[in-house]
Amino acid sequence: MSVVTPAERSTWRETDPYVLGHGRGGSVPYATGHGEGGPASKRVVVGFGFWIFLLSDIVIFSCFFASYAVLARETASGPSAKDLFDLGNTALQTGFLLASTFVCGLASLAVDLRNQKWTQVTLLVTGLLGLGFLVLEVREFAEFMSRGAGPSRSAFLSAFFTLVGSHGLHVTVGLLWLGTMMAQFLAKGFRQDIRHRFLCFSLFWHTLDIIWVGIFNLVFLVGTVL
Amino acid sequence: MSSEPPTPFEPGEELDRAPGDDIEAGTNVRAGVYGYLLGLALAAGLTVASFWAVQSHLIYAPGIPMALAVLAVAQMGIHLIFFLHITTGPDNTNNVLALAFGVLIAGLVALGSVWIMAHLNHNVMPMSELMQMQR
Amino acid sequence: MFGKLTWNAIPWDQPIPLTAAAIVGLAVLGVFIWVVVKGYLPYLWHEWLTSVDHKRIGVMYIVLAVVMLFRGFIDAVMMRSQQALAFHSGGYLPPEHFDQIFSAHGTIMIFFAAMPLVIGLMNFVVPLQLGVRDVAFPTLNSTSFWLTATGALLVNISLVVGEFARTGWLVYPPLSELRYSPGVGVDYYLWAVQISGIGTLMTGINFVTTILKTRAPGMSYLRMPMFCWTSLASTLLIVAAFPVLTATLAMLLLDRYLDFHFFTNEGGGNMMMFVNLIWAWGHPEVYILVLPMFGVFSEVIATFSRKPLFGYRSMVIATLFICIVSFMVWLHHFFTMGSGANVNAVFGIATSVIAVGTGVKIYNWLFTMYGGRIRFTTPMLWSIGFIVTFLIGGMTGVLLAVPPADFQLHNSLFLVAHFHNVIIGGVLFGGFAALSYWFPKAFGFRLYEGWGKAAFWFTIVGFYVVFMPLYVAGLLGMTRRLQHYDVAEWRPWVLTAGVGVVIMIGAFVCQIVQLVLSIRDRESLRDTTGDPWDGRSLEWATPSPPPAFNFAVLPNVAGEEPYWAVKQRAIETQQLSAEPHYEPIEIPRNSATGFVTAVFATITGFALIWHIWWLAIAGLVAAYAVFVWFAWRDVHEVVIPADEVARVDRARRRAREEWLAAHAAATAAAGGEST
Repeated sequence: MSVVTPAERSTWRETDPYVLGHGRGGSVPYATGHGEGGPASKRVVVGFGFWIFLLSDIVIFSCFFASYAVLARETASGPSAKDLFDLGNTALQTGFLLASTFVCGLASLAVDLRNQKWTQVTLLVTGLLGLGFLVLEVREFAEFMSRGAGPSRSAFLSAFFTLVGSHGLHVTVGLLWLGTMMAQFLAKGFRQDIRHRFLCFSLFWHTLDIIWVGIFNLVFLVGTVL
Repeated sequence: MSSEPPTPFEPGEELDRAPGDDIEAGTNVRAGVYGYLLGLALAAGLTVASFWAVQSHLIYAPGIPMALAVLAVAQMGIHLIFFLHITTGPDNTNNVLALAFGVLIAGLVALGSVWIMAHLNHNVMPMSELMQMQR
Repeated sequence: MFGKLTWNAIPWDQPIPLTAAAIVGLAVLGVFIWVVVKGYLPYLWHEWLTSVDHKRIGVMYIVLAVVMLFRGFIDAVMMRSQQALAFHSGGYLPPEHFDQIFSAHGTIMIFFAAMPLVIGLMNFVVPLQLGVRDVAFPTLNSTSFWLTATGALLVNISLVVGEFARTGWLVYPPLSELRYSPGVGVDYYLWAVQISGIGTLMTGINFVTTILKTRAPGMSYLRMPMFCWTSLASTLLIVAAFPVLTATLAMLLLDRYLDFHFFTNEGGGNMMMFVNLIWAWGHPEVYILVLPMFGVFSEVIATFSRKPLFGYRSMVIATLFICIVSFMVWLHHFFTMGSGANVNAVFGIATSVIAVGTGVKIYNWLFTMYGGRIRFTTPMLWSIGFIVTFLIGGMTGVLLAVPPADFQLHNSLFLVAHFHNVIIGGVLFGGFAALSYWFPKAFGFRLYEGWGKAAFWFTIVGFYVVFMPLYVAGLLGMTRRLQHYDVAEWRPWVLTAGVGVVIMIGAFVCQIVQLVLSIRDRESLRDTTGDPWDGRSLEWATPSPPPAFNFAVLPNVAGEEPYWAVKQRAIETQQLSAEPHYEPIEIPRNSATGFVTAVFATITGFALIWHIWWLAIAGLVAAYAVFVWFAWRDVHEVVIPADEVARVDRARRRAREEWLAAHAAATAAAGGEST
């Protein structure tokens, strides 16, 4: 694998009629991101593909957000956001998830160092914090339902349970995935394809926290002032 | 095919970066930990600011949702930069463009729906509200 | 134990679906027995069902599309004949059956005929044109296909077990809510579309990644063939729009299964929110279908005009313009909902603006043909037929984009004629152009031109005879989906449309005959050179059919139309480039993941439709087990030894050398005559 010198690059530019006479918008033909160097490495391909998946997931959430925004006042004479939401619980959940995403970041450093012990410890902490978040959410849902504010009560509650619940579902799936990841690291070590999977997992986990930022601000906090 | 000019460059990882890649990591753990700590601090600060905005009476009440939206977007940005390592560097072009496309579509669908439905509700008032107005 | 499923779910009293199902069932059984008796089962399993080769998957997608196109066409024939008969009478289809037919027709044609057709073409062509060996995620690709097939299977099961939706192809609430559609029809629709939608979404992710991240060395964005550009735009739209469909249908599912109140009349639900969201998917969807076909026409017209595509860059810009703006026009599907003049005006203007992008493309195709040496082959005929037909459809679309006019024409047959005009003229003609264009590449032999041209002429005449009268009937006030009617002025137009359907049946027969005769005479139609049409892009640099690894050595791309440049240099120098150094090639290993996932998806989907909860849970648990099982797999690739690569590529080079000699002789002879 030879590296191309700048001189070779410039001859290539001059002999190529495609480059001559066509402005490149200020960029050079070997600019990064143009993908002219042949297929990208597996790591880049896997990461990018998963990134696209996450963006499509964000579009799903945007639909649930839109439905919630449209239906938030349709309480059908039932309990409203103000009657139900408990900001203390929300703050606690937010803390758990933020801490979890931070520890997940540390886990990716541990993976880069190929340190099995720290990888397992940080991933376990990530998972426990996520589990704590989930327990709080389930408790909150159960409490709403016991007060007669289940998803069938009104359009507002349908939209609320769907939006927040689908985030919770993502966290659940994330925890299952996390368990699989830990087992794979333990059984197979820091193999390349497993590190690629872990890259995807950490992207997934961080993105879940981004969505939660939208939920706690625009659902819980806005709900208590409107 | 091989009489074509030689490949200008070999397949290389330095041209493109996967989203979530942390280039400092592996070579400099200390910098990596500092990066995450800084992200954590900023995110926590913005979270506290959001909760504070609701409970204090310093912000003009009808403006609170807008303030929360701004804080949310800011915090999402912090997460993108410090946790997902999405930057504007040239090796991140595709990742950023994809993000921009996703955000554009999510915004169009969400805000468009809200706008359309608000006008609809204004024009075609639900029966319950009509009753309330007549009362 | 079996939820809502009882023996009475099978419509014993309805002869039409039962007979149809019996025939299909016997045919499938017959094929299966034939496969087993001939000993083809291992071949089928190893070479096709578990294949992760993008070419094989592409072919399977297209087979699925053609089969479902046939099913949808039969539905169409039944609807047209019912309306031809049902003047002052009930016709031969009872209303509840007629309603299922038009719902099934729309669902099948869009989700299970047009989508697999488009995605199948992308699968087969895009990696070849990009000069690479496979898509970014081959196993995921196989899974996508099998999930789509699951959806198609569920729709077809509904023919005999239970019923299909009677709500139209977009299941508008409140009609589709449990209260008004208590049967399983809507559930069949929802789970079939939901499962296949997930497959489509994964395809979108796969192809965006493939096109943006894995291209041959030197193939920059502005050297990609137009079909790759339009596929990129289309798959970007899939990634952005299909989540909206998934979310919307999920909300309707929650309404139906768990008594939520998103779209109900009660509890503060808002059914117009469904209409709003479903069209936020639905409008991009039509561009998902038609954009790749624009790419097909660009390739076909350039090839058969022997000219590079006119205005390549403007074509790229127009494609991306359409890609973005297609997300800003969805309200024009429900101008009459009542959002008011301001909202309607914004979306009406956006709708008119999007036509500009298509206009640019039309001019580019015309200028590509201008001054070219046009060969009127079957693909070229389809392309020219497309330009004329699509133009008319586009014009009536711009009429419908004007909100006051739309208030008159909403839900009339004028609308039905309009969207058939663009979908048949755009997607179906594009599909047939692509099939006849790339068929030799896929199977190594050409299709009979004569029968292809006959099919074209029958189709285009039949199309105009069916749908032009429907414009008139629509203007006369005839609404869509009428099971019977008693307005005398509509009758002649409806009858004329019925005649058109007969012509379309003729077209269908021509296609079948073309395929059968071509397979019979495949030796005489053999394509030995790999380049039967004098093509311009990289797929023609491979032998027909291409080997599993596509390219012995990844091509180096130095400009637009890379294969054309290579070919011209070979003709000038009268020799091929020096033989490359062959190395072993790693290609992805076959995987049963997709097939197994689809089996569980089918079981789970069926169980959910019939409320067989234990089976649904068992299916989901099994699916997770399969996920872990396959995640544990260690060997992902098989290696093709360098000798084998060299053998295949040397055969290709010999064929090209023979062609080169023949070409030189022909040129010399022609030169001698002219002097």
